[in-house]
Parts: sequence; structure tokens; C-alpha cells
Amino acid sequence: MSNSIEAPSHPAPAASKSGVSPAGRAWQRFARNRLGFYSLLLFVALVVLSLGAELASNDRPLLVRYQGQFYTPLWQDYPETTFGGDFQTPTDYLDPFIQAQLGQPGNWALFAPNRYGANTINYFAEQPNPAPPSRANWLGTDERGRDMLAQLLYGFRVSVWFALALTAVGVLLGVLAGAVQGFFGGKVDLAFQRFIEIWGSMPELYLLIIFSAVLSPSIGLLLVLLSLFGWMGLSDYVRAEFLRNRQLDYVKAARALGVSNGAIIWRHILPNSLTPVVTFLPFRMSAAILALTSLDFLGLGVPPGTPSLGELLAQGKNNVDAWWISLSTFGVLVLTLLLLTFMGDALRDALDPRKADA
Amino acid sequence: MSATSTPLLQVQDLSAGFAGKPVVRGVSFVLYPGEKLALVGESGSGKSVTALSLLRLLDSAQISGQALLDGRNLLSFSERELRGVRGSDVAMIFQEPMTALNPLMRIGAQIAEVLQLKQGLAAKAAWAQAVELLSATGIPEPAQRAQAWPHQLSGGQRQRAMLAMALASRPRLLLADEPTTALDVALRSQMLALLSDLQRQTGMAVLLITHDLHLVRRFADRVAVMQHGQIVEQAVTADLFARPEHPYTRQLLDSTPQRQIVPAQDDAAVQIAAEGLRVTYPTALPGIRGWFKKGEFAAVQAASFVLRRGQTLAVVGESGSGKSTLAQAVLGLLPSQGQLAIGGQPWQQPATRNSPANQALRRVVQVVFQDPFSALSPRLTVEAIVGEGLRVHAPQLGPEERRQRVLHALAEVDLRPDAFPGLLERYPHEFSGGQRQRLAIARALILQPQVLVLDEPTSALDARIQKQVLALLQQLQRERGLAYLLITHDMEVVRAMAHQVLVMKDGAVVESGSVESVLDAPRHPYTQQLVQAGLQ
Repeated sequence: MSNSIEAPSHPAPAASKSGVSPAGRAWQRFARNRLGFYSLLLFVALVVLSLGAELASNDRPLLVRYQGQFYTPLWQDYPETTFGGDFQTPTDYLDPFIQAQLGQPGNWALFAPNRYGANTINYFAEQPNPAPPSRANWLGTDERGRDMLAQLLYGFRVSVWFALALTAVGVLLGVLAGAVQGFFGGKVDLAFQRFIEIWGSMPELYLLIIFSAVLSPSIGLLLVLLSLFGWMGLSDYVRAEFLRNRQLDYVKAARALGVSNGAIIWRHILPNSLTPVVTFLPFRMSAAILALTSLDFLGLGVPPGTPSLGELLAQGKNNVDAWWISLSTFGVLVLTLLLLTFMGDALRDALDPRKADA
Repeated sequence: MSATSTPLLQVQDLSAGFAGKPVVRGVSFVLYPGEKLALVGESGSGKSVTALSLLRLLDSAQISGQALLDGRNLLSFSERELRGVRGSDVAMIFQEPMTALNPLMRIGAQIAEVLQLKQGLAAKAAWAQAVELLSATGIPEPAQRAQAWPHQLSGGQRQRAMLAMALASRPRLLLADEPTTALDVALRSQMLALLSDLQRQTGMAVLLITHDLHLVRRFADRVAVMQHGQIVEQAVTADLFARPEHPYTRQLLDSTPQRQIVPAQDDAAVQIAAEGLRVTYPTALPGIRGWFKKGEFAAVQAASFVLRRGQTLAVVGESGSGKSTLAQAVLGLLPSQGQLAIGGQPWQQPATRNSPANQALRRVVQVVFQDPFSALSPRLTVEAIVGEGLRVHAPQLGPEERRQRVLHALAEVDLRPDAFPGLLERYPHEFSGGQRQRLAIARALILQPQVLVLDEPTSALDARIQKQVLALLQQLQRERGLAYLLITHDMEVVRAMAHQVLVMKDGAVVESGSVESVLDAPRHPYTQQLVQAGLQ
């Protein structure tokens, strides 16, 4: 190579920053927002805790040593006769008799910190239901005698995973629909837009009521029904991003190289169009949690027996004097939504291209 | 000028930075009443930040130092006191008048508002004064123009309206931040002449910020050259141009691109042959007819040209003349009518389809775009960007082999891993404008094309960088016999690069021929106007 060309005049940027992807820089900016970062940590910790809910809150002991033998009630049902009871029915470990049996010398049982499952009803409780917080039930019981702490823990888990699933499906559908509209434009876009207008004007709540009356309620059904309507808002954002990005020079350059439409969408435009998607993730999750809670509150949500924050709220409404029901449920909901909102704010800042990163 | 009087503005050791990163470092200068000082520097040198921090118009900037206006430090003013200074003692005009004017207010009303606010005029008097100011800035039919909305004015008129607005408060100091950059070449010197006139009439001081050193030669009394946030040289204009002391100043002065190309050979192989090329866009028809039929707008009509191996055909014209559309048709990004053959092979229409025949042509014709920031996907690494063509046209290559070819292509545009550690893993945002343009050239070169379409390849770059990139392009042409289809509006670039010239206006070719014949003896009035403007 001849020397007629001057070497690039600008010094290379500091080596420490080399190779940090835009996503990596966004993460650094996110981590600088203390509130959002600690919200994320706390939220992840709560989700992990709720994943291990069976270990933290269970009416069955985790491990039992009885007459020289080990038992694992967590995985297996043992009839009461195993522990010296009279019946073939599964053991109720809250039964004072069983507890006395396990307490005999040489026997021991390792219990979860909170000795109730989501649907455990303590038939040996000393107080009428709903019972206020006590040493036995740290947050009290609900109107059917189920432990509030266990209910909240399992209810939180259901809510969060439902929200995650709903968000994932909604994002998938929304991005797909938005990408197709924005990339191809023209008649495809026109047709899709009209379809969205029609689809969006369907009365979602009434459809939900009708469907939950006709079909047996289940979380899966709820997921499908809410997903059918949940993708539209997002698809508009993705469509707008695609419309903007597809006419930028780097897409033209890719076309001039003969890159196929699929590869242009996937490799070139999509990564540059995800900012609104990522920004809205926490807000979509909190919206999904709220939706599930509201439906449960109305009795249109999860099937009976599923731990649910909405059902607890309804109980709180019916038992206003049992303040521990409404207050604790309300607290969990507010905390969850607040954490998600803080995370969303931090994400929005992190992905704002106008914010300088130092 | 009146160097004996007390300075109007005295800037001492001004520093400004964002999030701990210094952008302006210890800048000091003085400005006397009625003086014209030009602050010259390339993009990123901190010249705009210097001006904006004088009025503390930058959010989130940490500013230190002193800026004494009549001996009072602007930097220690309260926000309330500053508001009194902004727009009355000190006025400012910006680069992009479209964004600086309120699109929902008539021009006259915007100027009158300032007059009412700062001079306490009644509504009617203010309007009359606004019309007068517009007329002083040389806008024709000022009474009618005062009624116009910003979008109804041309770029030059908008800039004049901005100037009228700035003058409305009779400032003693005018900060002009790149007032000519967004204007066509022909309008730039007019604008400066106007600024000079008004300065003489009003006796205000002007701080002109620009990246174009040559532009200020006839305008400024003194010039300060900025580099990396510092003033590296400051002198009376005549002295600076006669005896530039700092090497950087010399580089800036010596930024006219050189012509180092092989003379045209008439028997060279034909790479592109176009005959009666026509490109149309569908437009909406008004009324009921539009429901059933689409109208047609011919962006390029009946263009004929030949581009030979090792030569450059410059396509010249103002924005909207159809030159970029022509480039896209040649690239097969738009369907076209008429004959268009690349190396003897016509595009299979519609050219936008990736049929095998068209894919073979895409290997031959590649492109470099104008804006180095939108031309590279911000979320792909250098390796992915430059290697993209190989994924499509040489999918049989393994990752290692592809990496070798990418490195080779990068070396050809002078980007080497020893100068840029971790070059392949870097992202576009880590490179400067000129380096990004080199990346774009490497992306095009990796397929070993025979024709490069250069769509305004240097108009977004500083003059010094433009010279380097053009030299690189010339060298590649000499070494490989590349044919260039060069889209540009810059006559200097044409002079340095072109063998043949094609002048377009409103979609039609109005003149074509060898670069000597077109530039030295332009026949069409439009070409004459273009050449004339380029000379100033």
C-alpha cells in the first residue's frame, strides 16, 4: 500500500471501551441507575425465592427421620399409618398426633420455615378464621383458614410467571406483526392496520366473561385469551421503528449486497428496532399482573384453588375487619408493581440514545 | 478594529465537560465591541460547546472559568439574570433554521414577539418593525413574507428570518453557530456578506462559529482555530492565512482535494451503459381517481450515459434533481425502465428481486453512502458489517477464512488491528466519521466489485477528512481500475475526481461531457450557475 494516504487522524478510543456492544453500554447505563438496579436485584431475588416456594413454605416436612428410616414427604405421599396413625389417608403433618409422633426421641422432622402450603387448611387451628397474625400464622389466615404468607408467596409466583408468559407471547406476536407491517409496508401494512382496528375494537372483557362461562377456566385459557389482544399496542411501536429503519442507508447497503428480506429483518432491522420493546417490558409485565389480579378479583380468572392475589383482594373486600388480608396483599402488589416500574424507568434511561455514557 | 477600547466579552480559561469528559479545555479569548471573531474547528473540536456555554444553554454540562460581559461574569449569573442577557445583550442564530423557528407561528409574529418583549413595543408597531427587519435582511417582499409560516420559506430565507429575529433585540453581541452550513454553496457567501453588512450598520460584535476556514477569510477580523477543545492558534485573519503557525491550521488551509487520477481512456471496457433510463415513483392522484389509479412521478427521465473501467462519472445536481434516484436504479434498488446494463448484463426487472442473475450483478456494483452514521448498523460489529457480503455471495467460506478476508479488506482502507486493538469486535460508534466511511468502503470492496456508486461520499465529512477519503478512493481506482459513479453537489470534489460529468435538473440530464468541457465552458445556464457558486 502506498503512503499517499495519511493514517487515520483520530486516536483510537480508549482500549478499555473497545468492543463494548450497544447492549453492553445500555447495561452499564442501567446499572448506574441505583434505584432501578436494586429493584432488579430485589425482584430477581423475590422471583428466585418464589421458585423455591415449596422449600420455604410447605405443610410437609422437607425430610423426616422416623424410627430409623428417612422419608421425603416433599416428593412422596405417605399414608398416616406410616407414622403410626390410624388411616390410609395422606398424612396431615399439622395434626398434633403426628407432630407428637415425630417429636419422640430418635425421630425428627425438618420443616420449611413457614409450615403451610398454599392450600393448606389448618384443621387444628385455635382461632376462628380469618385469624389475625400470630406465631403460628405470621400474616394471619384468610377466611378459609389458609396461611396468608403461603398464599402470598405462591400467588406472587403465579402472577409473575403468568406475567412473564403473557409478556413473552405478546412481545413475540407484537414484534412479528409489527415487523411484517413495517418492513413490507404498502398493501400488507394497509390490510394489517385495518385488521388491527377491527380486532382492537372487540370488547375484550366481555369476550373473557363469555369464554370463562363456556369453557372451564384455567390459566392456559386465560393466557391465550389475553394474548390474543395483548400484542397490538406493541406491534404499532415495532411497525414505526421498522418503517423508520428500513429506509436508512445501512438497509439499502444490505439490499445492494443482495441480502435476503428475512436476513435484513432479522440481522439488520430487528436489533435496531427493539428499543421500544425492551423499554416497555417491565411496564407490560406490571400490566399483565394487574390484569390477572383484576380478573381474579372479579372471579373470572384462575380456577378455584389456585393461589391468587386477586382472590385475596376480593377476600379482603369481603372481610374488611380482617385488615391483615387486604393490607398484606395490597403491600405485595404495590411492591411488585413498584419494582417493575423502577426497573422500567431505569431501562428507559439506559436505552435513551441521547443520554451520554461516561 | 478598536483594540484600544475595553473588551465587550472576555473569556478566561473556559472549560466545559459532560459527565466528567472534558470537551472544552481552558479556552480564552477577547472580543471587542464591533469586532468579528471567527471560531474555527472541525466537528467535535468543542467550538459549539464554547458558544453555548457562554449563555449556559447546555443542560448537564459542567462549566468552569470566566466569561465577562462588560466585566460581569455570565457564568455566575442566576438563571433569571441570564434570561435578561439572552436575546437582548447577546443574541444567537443556529445552524438549522427550520428547527430554531417555531413551525406554528408566522415569521412576522415570531419577530414581533421579541420586539414586544424586549423593546416594549405595541403589537402594531412591533409588526411594522418586524417587516422592516425582514427587509433589512434582504428578504424580498417582506410584508408578505412576514405572513408566511416557516415551512413556506426557503432555507436561505429562513436563515435570514432567524437573523432578523436575533437583531430584533438590538444585541451587542451576536453568536452565530454555523449559520451557513445548512445552506447551498451559492447562498453561503451571500449570507456572510449580509452578516457583514448588518454588523457594520448596527456596530454589534459577531462571534462566528464555523468548520470552514476558507469561508471566514473575507469575513472575520480575527480567527481562532480550535482543536480537541483548545484554541491552538489565534491571529488577525490576514496573518493567519499568510503565515499559519500551528500545523493543524496548515492542514485546515490545505484541505483542497488533489486530483491524482489516471486520464480517461476512450477504449476502456464499458461497465455501465444506460440508454433512455427512466425511474418513476407512484404518486397519489387527487379525488375519486386516486382510488382506482396511481399517478406517476418521473424522478429520472431519459438519462443516457456510459461509464468505463477506471473512470469516474460525476452526477451533479441540487437536492431533488434525481441524482440519488439514478444511483439507486443503477444499484438495482429501484425498478427502472429503458436500458441499463452493468458490464453488458441488464438488470432483470423488477431489479429489486434477488434473482440469481440480479445477485450476480450485485457482486459487480457496490455502494458507499453519504451519511457515515446511518450507513452502518449500530448493533453489528465491524466483522459482521464488512463480512456481510461474503455471507451472501460466498457462503461456503468458513468463519476463519471470512475473518481473513475482512481483515484484508479493512487493510485496504487503512484500518488495521495494530492501530485499533480489537478492530473486528468494535462497533461503529467507536469510530469517527472518516473512519466509518472507510468501513463502508471496505464493506463494498470485499466483494471485489468493478463499479462503486458513491452517493455524496464525503459531504458529511470535515474538509481535511474529505481530502483523505478522496485520496483513498483515487488510489483504489488507480490500483484496481474501479469505475465510480459519483453523486455529488460539490464542485471541488468533481474537479478532483471526475473524468465525465452529467448535470441533472428536475430529473432530466441537462448537460454532459468531459469534466474539462463542462466545468470550463458550461453551456446550460444551470450548469453555469453551479460552477459559479463553486468558485466563490
